[in-house]
Amino acid sequence: METSSLTIDIQALSHWYGKGSTRRQVLQGVDLQISAGEVVLLTGPSGCGKTTLLTLIGALRKVQEGDVEVFGQQLRGAARGQRQRLRRRIGMIFQGHNLLRCLTAEQNVQMGADLLPNLGYRARRDQAREWLRSVGLEDELGKLPHDLSGGQKQRVAIARALAAKPQLLLADEPTAALDSGTGREVVELLKRLAREQSCSVLMVTHDPRILDVADRLVRMEDGRLYQTIS
Amino acid sequence: MIQAFWRKRRIPLASLMLIRQPVRLAVALAGISFAGILMFMQLGFRDGLFDASVTVHRLFDADIVLISPRSTSSVSMAGFPRRRLIQAMASPEVEGITPVHWNLLLWRNPETLGTRSILALGFEPGHPLFTDPTLAEKAKLLTQKGRVLFDEKSRAEFGPVAEWFREGRTVESEINGKRVRVAGLIGLGASFGADGNLLTSSETFLDLIPNTPSGSIEVGLVRLKPGSDAEQVAQRLQSQLPDDVTVLTKQGFIDFEQNYWRTSTSIGFIFTLGAAMGFVVGCVIVYQVLYSDVSDHLPEYATLMAMGYKLNSLLGVVVREGLLLALFGYLPAYAAGQGLYLLVRNATQLPVAMNTVRAVSVFSMILIMCMLSAGLAMRRLVDADPAEIF
Repeated sequence: METSSLTIDIQALSHWYGKGSTRRQVLQGVDLQISAGEVVLLTGPSGCGKTTLLTLIGALRKVQEGDVEVFGQQLRGAARGQRQRLRRRIGMIFQGHNLLRCLTAEQNVQMGADLLPNLGYRARRDQAREWLRSVGLEDELGKLPHDLSGGQKQRVAIARALAAKPQLLLADEPTAALDSGTGREVVELLKRLAREQSCSVLMVTHDPRILDVADRLVRMEDGRLYQTIS
Repeated sequence: MIQAFWRKRRIPLASLMLIRQPVRLAVALAGISFAGILMFMQLGFRDGLFDASVTVHRLFDADIVLISPRSTSSVSMAGFPRRRLIQAMASPEVEGITPVHWNLLLWRNPETLGTRSILALGFEPGHPLFTDPTLAEKAKLLTQKGRVLFDEKSRAEFGPVAEWFREGRTVESEINGKRVRVAGLIGLGASFGADGNLLTSSETFLDLIPNTPSGSIEVGLVRLKPGSDAEQVAQRLQSQLPDDVTVLTKQGFIDFEQNYWRTSTSIGFIFTLGAAMGFVVGCVIVYQVLYSDVSDHLPEYATLMAMGYKLNSLLGVVVREGLLLALFGYLPAYAAGQGLYLLVRNATQLPVAMNTVRAVSVFSMILIMCMLSAGLAMRRLVDADPAEIF
């Protein structure tokens, strides 16, 4: 397979936290490839390094050892500005919804759309509304996050992540704060919308009920990855 | 142009952050307004007092003023020989002169009988004293001995002289233990050195202070022919006349008085320090508000950084919050300043008023205050680590 068609290409990635005697290895020679449009679920016990892997792929952390290529760009040794620009092409959905409390649902989504270049304000606002409609929140445009339910907040967060038209979506336990029915709904919505955008998805989850949405399952234990056939 | 605006336009994060936290916004605006009001008041008082020290000086009908070199201010005017003023007449540019006696005398309140120091000016009723033309008419009343013109804008402690006079009563009182009668009212205004003023004839004046050396006056007014250069004439007179007299232009005379209050008293320092206190208090409040605002929103800022927003554009949000606070904190301070000036004017008769220089300088101070605080609060934002929010 050609490197360019891979969204993520990780080779022998290792990562440590701390210094000196308290130095602790969290990732041990991880290899992972995700092709464009693929939905990959990452599972594993807590503390096994899943979130660290996610932050490394999301260009939020400096790569210490190994190769991490996202969209064909090497992240090892990447400058702050390069990582910031790269992040614009990656959508992120967090465990908590992390919406801006002082913005309405519509404005929160527009914060995502505002990252798109060469678009007028109204066009970006219309896109924000369009995204909220696709997550089924067209009636809650003007509500502040604290007036929305947990599931609604997470759906706004998905709309915000997708509004920036990412080619890769990283999600860290997006269903953790949701009941099983809502969790299922949110994940299916996420998958459907990502499909439509031909956007790759890497989702960390503990939730066994949603494993079936994945194209591929990857299991992590003590900093090592084990591919699982799906 | 308009297209570029719509392209550039983003969600107004700074104003939304402020508006959606009304309590914090109110605290910040109250703090900034308070600081602004404090600065307006302190600087207003300071300028007002300096202005007030020359209420009488401004009114003189003179281009050049002669005083004794031993005079330090309006409250301690020394005498100089009247001959010097006559000598000044020899200059071709000089059109007229008015010798003026000037001293603080004890006025007895006709109602309570308490005494209080009042500024008394003695002059020849036929000579021009003030630029106000209505005075010449009233001055005729002074030709009779023991008559005074009382300043109706004097402070109330001198007694209800003006009220009684308007009611048609004969108002008599004592100055330095000698009986005088109020012949009329004039409007001058209290100054810093003197709570009230009265005018009288030289004859009456000398009668009130019998030990005044003969031929000695405190102020000599010189009027020049139109088109003369007062500065130049003053310099020449100074070099021609003996050094027992100081020759000043009218502006120089005003500066002489203001300079005394500015440099020889702690007034300037005290009020400037008061304004500085306001500035510091404002800084602390704005910094506190912005710092806790940034701290509270740190995860949100980190989220925006994770989404790909530049650190600089987030710092811009804090700066804009500071700018908005400065603007909306200044407006109520300006309005309150106007109101308080009016109050002070009515209560103290001091000429305290808003002027452009002060309005601009207080706004600049508030702006500096907010920008400084925003700059310090920003350091907190640098701590926002997008890797920590997962």
